[in-house]
Amino acid sequence: MNMLTETAVEKVLERKMTNSALKMSGTDVCVFYGEKQALHNVNLNIRENTVTALIGPSGCGKSTFLRTLNRMNDTIDSCRVTGKILLDTDDIYDPNIDVVELRARVGMVFQKPNPFPKSIYENIAYGPRIHGLARTRAEFDEIVESSLQRAGLWNEVKDRLQEPGTGLSGGQQQRLCIARAVAVSPEVILMDEPCSALDPIATAKVEELIHELRANFTIVIVTHSMQQAARVSQRTAMFHMGYLVEENDTDKMFTNPDDQRTQDYIMGRFG
Amino acid sequence: MTDITSADPMVLTAAPPRREIGIKRRYAAERRFRLYGILAISFGVIFLLLLLWSVVSKGYTAFLQTEITVPVTFTEKVIDPQNTRATNPAVLMAANYPVLARDALAKELGVDPADRAALKEVNSMISASVRVQLRDIVVNDPSVIGKTVPVKVLAEGNVDAAYKGHIDLSVPESDRKISDRQLGWIQQLAAKGELASRFNTGLFVNGASSRPEAAGVGVALIGSFFMMLIVLALALPIGVAASIYLEEFAPKNRLTDLIEVNINNLAAVPSIVYGLLGLAVFINFAGLPRSASLVGGLVLTLMTLPTIIIATRAALKAVPPSIRAAALGLGASKMQTIFHHVLPLAMPGILTGTIIGLAHALGETAPLLLIGMVAFVADFPATPLQPSTALPVQIYMWANEAERAFVERTSGAIIILLLFLLAMNIGAVILRRRFERRW
Ligand SMILES: Nc1ncnc2c1ncn2[C@@H]1O[C@H](COP(=O)(O)OP(=O)(O)OP(=O)(O)O)[C@@H](O)[C@H]1O
Ligand SMILES: [Mg+2]
Repeated sequence: MNMLTETAVEKVLERKMTNSALKMSGTDVCVFYGEKQALHNVNLNIRENTVTALIGPSGCGKSTFLRTLNRMNDTIDSCRVTGKILLDTDDIYDPNIDVVELRARVGMVFQKPNPFPKSIYENIAYGPRIHGLARTRAEFDEIVESSLQRAGLWNEVKDRLQEPGTGLSGGQQQRLCIARAVAVSPEVILMDEPCSALDPIATAKVEELIHELRANFTIVIVTHSMQQAARVSQRTAMFHMGYLVEENDTDKMFTNPDDQRTQDYIMGRFG
Repeated sequence: MTDITSADPMVLTAAPPRREIGIKRRYAAERRFRLYGILAISFGVIFLLLLLWSVVSKGYTAFLQTEITVPVTFTEKVIDPQNTRATNPAVLMAANYPVLARDALAKELGVDPADRAALKEVNSMISASVRVQLRDIVVNDPSVIGKTVPVKVLAEGNVDAAYKGHIDLSVPESDRKISDRQLGWIQQLAAKGELASRFNTGLFVNGASSRPEAAGVGVALIGSFFMMLIVLALALPIGVAASIYLEEFAPKNRLTDLIEVNINNLAAVPSIVYGLLGLAVFINFAGLPRSASLVGGLVLTLMTLPTIIIATRAALKAVPPSIRAAALGLGASKMQTIFHHVLPLAMPGILTGTIIGLAHALGETAPLLLIGMVAFVADFPATPLQPSTALPVQIYMWANEAERAFVERTSGAIIILLLFLLAMNIGAVILRRRFERRW
């Protein structure tokens, strides 16, 4: 991944110049699980304060790409990543990059709500504590309240902060997980099918939340729902069998895609 | 918008033909299976009850001890005939105290002091431990010399057994350990209330003794306690650390596979092998003292480690991966993920495994025999380096004694051991509940 050729660097710089609000960019990203290659030379830009949706049929590598963005793939023994991924100007696969700091800057929300089996308060306060964002009780209270406010959960849980987070409903748990990710003030939030375990009402709430979060964060969301991608995102990237097929403005993607496969997928012809 | 009435009526009415699928047979099979289960459980329960009944019915009398209250006259002529105790206190240590007790009891029973045969029988009703008992009274307070004080002395083992009804009186007198005359005396003393049973505290505080009435599991309890402390202090941290390393950090390769297989094998190694290992390594090589609870504790630690490691690894594996992902995704380091999230969730499982391992170690006998913990230890060990025995070993030693009074003590000691095991298991359940309530 460090064997970046001159031309690749130029490509990155060129893209950065044409698009000033670039937050993250992947260049020639390949991912292997053992011998099997799951992603082939993906080049994808993620713009600041934008919601980027990753779509594509099951098994096409959406989650794999998402996990390369905060190096969660490191936790899979057989997984190997090549290519270059920049966060602002930092190569996140540089050996000098501290993965702990990276994940504080690039937070993640998972498909299944996974609150810690601790109190609601502790769920939110944990991240700030390990990253030293707060010291006094008052500072923690402040972060907990503002994070829950941002996740639209404050009014529902403000009287039961000491109760277990696992006692909330599925939708509330997912918003708690979003609040937990927000609490460490990341720059980018990755969401892997955050609504797939939720009912339509909880889904609507989370989508609304994503809208609001966009003002302060850069969001990358994997979704299987075309409607959801259309509703929440400004940019959409379509993956197919490990290749990035098309990356475009969401409006254009859903009305007049450039690629035949995108069209087929959006029309529901495969996937 | 399909209208039901407009659909072909044939489609709605013609249910597909049902095939014979043997519902009755399925239910019968289920009932049979349940019956087998109930039978198996009843079988187990019956044997458990039999075991408990046999131990308790034999052993409960061990918790009672017969005592005789006699007014002992501390005659100066017997204790210190030359009156030299002021200059030579050793005289008080060596005096012939049993005679005092014998004479006092003879007087109480109205036995002629000239009848040597009768006096001998009287003497054999009192435990030989009376020597130490009276000596301690006199040494602690020499002013009792010359006075008459009522003293509760232990009845001899056979008297104790006879009073508890353990001696078969249909056997001819000459083959019995207790004579008709002695039986008469027992009744006479019991009628006056001078011979009675009381709770046998000696069973818990005394050390080894060749006299059953004076023998207790005190030393064995201390030895077992020291060993449990050592096992807990060594096996728990080592076991948990090893499991965390193997489960969370170690690369998965041939070497770790081999280690894993060997840990599982070690858990199945007969405990006596650990005893041999302890003998070779700790005693012969490291030069630690024989019969010491330190060595016993080390051997039992080795024996318990595989159990704890297996239980801990299972508990760590059972922690949902989503919790790890959540912590890692927040930017927690691997250590933080493990110590803040994984370990607390695995705690109930780890504790259960540890306590089961400890309980196993508490009841272990074979390896302790090999490292010399099967010794006659009358004095309390103050440190784990001093000789001691262990509860199960004490049971083993008493089980080899022929006297009737030791039979009941064997069962009594088994009851004590079972109570400890029960207490530990209840402790495990309570701890598990406590930790589980903290989600
Ligand atoms: N841990 C892993 N080990 C080996 N192969 C994996 C692993 N995770 C994913 N893969 C493979 O990589 C490919 C891409 O998987 P990925 O999970 O990224 O798909 P996805 O697009 O997220 O699919 P879905 O929409 O079903 O979640 C698949 O072929 C999958 O089998
Ligand atoms: Mg996926």
